[in-house]
Amino acid sequence: MNQPNTIVEKKQLSDDVFRFKVLSPLIAESCRPGQFIILQISDNGERIPLTIADSNATQGLITLIFQTVGKTTHLLAELSEGETILNLVGPLGKPTHVEKVGTVVCVGGGIGVAPLYPIAKAMKTAGNELIVIIGARNRQLIILEEEMRAIADELIVCTDDGSYGEKALVTAPLKRLCENTKKPDLAIAIGPPIMMKFCAETTRPYQVPTVVSLNTIMIDGTGMCGGCRVTVGGKTQFVCVDGPEFDGHLVDFNNMMQRLKSYKQHEHNAHEQCHLDIEIKKQAVAKT
Amino acid sequence: MPEQEYNPTSVTIPDPKQLKPKDRLAIPPQPMPSQDPLVRRKNMSEVALGYSPEQARLEALRCLQCKTAPCVTGCPVQIDIPGFIAAIANEDYKKAIGIIKTNSLLPAVCGRVCPQETQCQAPCTVGKSLKDVDKAVSIGRLERFVADWERNNGLSAAPEVKKETGKKVAVLGSGPASITVAADVRREGHAVTIFEAFHKTGGVMVYGIPEFRLPKKIVQAEIDGLKSMGVEIKTNFVIGRTRTLSDLLTKDGYDAVFIGTGAGLPKFMNIEGEDLVGVFSANEYLTRSNLMRAYDFEQAHTPIYPSVKVAVLGGGNVAMDAARTAVRLGAKEVYLIYRRTEVEMPARVEEVHHAKEEGVIFHFLENAKRILGNEEGRVKGIECLRYELGEPDESGRRRPVVIKGSEFTIDVDTVIVAIGNDSNPLIKQTTPQLETNKWGNIVVDENCKTSLEGVYAGGDIVLGAATVILAMGQGRTAAHAINQYLSSKK
Repeated sequence: MNQPNTIVEKKQLSDDVFRFKVLSPLIAESCRPGQFIILQISDNGERIPLTIADSNATQGLITLIFQTVGKTTHLLAELSEGETILNLVGPLGKPTHVEKVGTVVCVGGGIGVAPLYPIAKAMKTAGNELIVIIGARNRQLIILEEEMRAIADELIVCTDDGSYGEKALVTAPLKRLCENTKKPDLAIAIGPPIMMKFCAETTRPYQVPTVVSLNTIMIDGTGMCGGCRVTVGGKTQFVCVDGPEFDGHLVDFNNMMQRLKSYKQHEHNAHEQCHLDIEIKKQAVAKT
Repeated sequence: MPEQEYNPTSVTIPDPKQLKPKDRLAIPPQPMPSQDPLVRRKNMSEVALGYSPEQARLEALRCLQCKTAPCVTGCPVQIDIPGFIAAIANEDYKKAIGIIKTNSLLPAVCGRVCPQETQCQAPCTVGKSLKDVDKAVSIGRLERFVADWERNNGLSAAPEVKKETGKKVAVLGSGPASITVAADVRREGHAVTIFEAFHKTGGVMVYGIPEFRLPKKIVQAEIDGLKSMGVEIKTNFVIGRTRTLSDLLTKDGYDAVFIGTGAGLPKFMNIEGEDLVGVFSANEYLTRSNLMRAYDFEQAHTPIYPSVKVAVLGGGNVAMDAARTAVRLGAKEVYLIYRRTEVEMPARVEEVHHAKEEGVIFHFLENAKRILGNEEGRVKGIECLRYELGEPDESGRRRPVVIKGSEFTIDVDTVIVAIGNDSNPLIKQTTPQLETNKWGNIVVDENCKTSLEGVYAGGDIVLGAATVILAMGQGRTAAHAINQYLSSKK
């Protein structure tokens, strides 16, 4: 029997996107769509939040899908099946409010499709008509297409470069849906901040309620540090305990995007150094 | 008080029996040996180095052993202070630490972080006789001395644990209140599990109080003591998320629960510009440095903001910790902005003194009006207002009154807000039956019992922002009530 936090399955979904199935019976049992975990992979490591892409309480497994964007995610991707994640805590954040509202359009951009999947599934199970829009820069970066197709009443795929599906940003099909005589009753958008910002701007004139899920800088994830704070409707809110989901029409995305760059220089340097370290390690292994 | 070089060879210790009160009062207060301010500005090691045995005995001889012992009344946990001090004077350190431990579980911690000048040392007869509270017997330093003596000599034996009762108690959090409950409940033979949300135990003593004021190895020694008593510790476990409070009682078979989850939700000023990049809660700033060791630029992966000019808002110990951490991380100028005067400042006198020595620039009777940002949304300055003191408010302190039109600007790139915390919402959100007050603090009776059967609470989650000793005192009360509750529960 594996010990908790063991990576029981590792799959590379694209050049820089990985899927881990991790043994964590406690988190698997308690987690609900919309929630996230925080992990730390070494004593000196940073604590980073990652959304939960799926879970199986019977097997005690949670699925994490992540893109290697900085030092910690690169080091995480270096872990192999059978290895354990040093510290894993969760589920954190408030679960998605799931109810039957009619037609729900779920919009996922890039890696944001991962946390969107359990939410879309729950919305479908609650009896909603489910339309899913997934988008990425190119075909290679489209993830969970088959999984989404299996649950959606309609699936729209778009790529920035037109290498697959529609050549468009996700906001184009979203706008079309809003223009329909029967506009969606709810939109849920998860992806890069700039995408969520423009999804919210797209739905605003049509007054389609729009939920976004924010991923900000965070340390404890339980409301203690306040690093994750965002301005929503003029009020300070903590993503970790008040969110991560908020009314997209009220979020101050510009401020949030500035705050995400707080440690830009440090992160850039650490990222570069980490690539060098990984390269040196690979060459050392190749020599022996 | 001048910090001077201590020279043990020049000291002869008088015989306690031959000392008259007049002689005792004539012994000079022993200064605390400390790291040189210019040196310690560049390191994280502890500032105060601790008394030598000779210094401890001399300081102990200053105690008049007065029958009324006003110091004991000033101590939140009523330690027999004259008793342990007499033992130090007689070089019986073992007896001294034994006396302290009857009432206090964390002497090495409290000796360092208690606000002695407003507690035990405030009414000290020696201080009164010499008309200067700073000349009171240094009770805290003596407490620290014997606690360190015990730990450094490997004599800290874990308390005896009675026969297993088969009862289970869950302790939520691992700060001072929780550590006390865990020890006192385990002693009675009940199984104890501590649930800690972070990956490390110790609560505020680990994420909040910096190494230079409370070395982490001291906290670790306390945790190791609990482990040796058989207390089980589960880190990375958030009650209210990983499991709920009611899960513990109904599904997981715990007979009682103690909630010691501490302060949460840092307060902000609610002023313009607080959302700028470079504005931090003291909690975040200190957690990055302490828990995540961001000060270790070489090893730690967690970044900390590269500040040059820092403004810290607040006048408590947390504000001092943040300001002094900023100094150590290389900030060129650190301003501490407090809207009353030094007299009203709630921080320990020693911390203020150390902060000044380290070059922190104090701005009294000033407060932030708004924070100014550049085009990238980063802090570039802080606009402040000057204040004067008016009539006393409900806390008895004179209320600061703004001087109209007194605005002025200080150029800074970082603002750290250290004006306290609201309560943590997680347990309240997920345990709606639990009674809380309008600030979200858990309501308890005089036995620290909450509105729920078998559920007790103490420390900052009940008191709001308090001190280690008050948290420990509540832990004691709660543990006593839990032990009684469990013995009556068949």
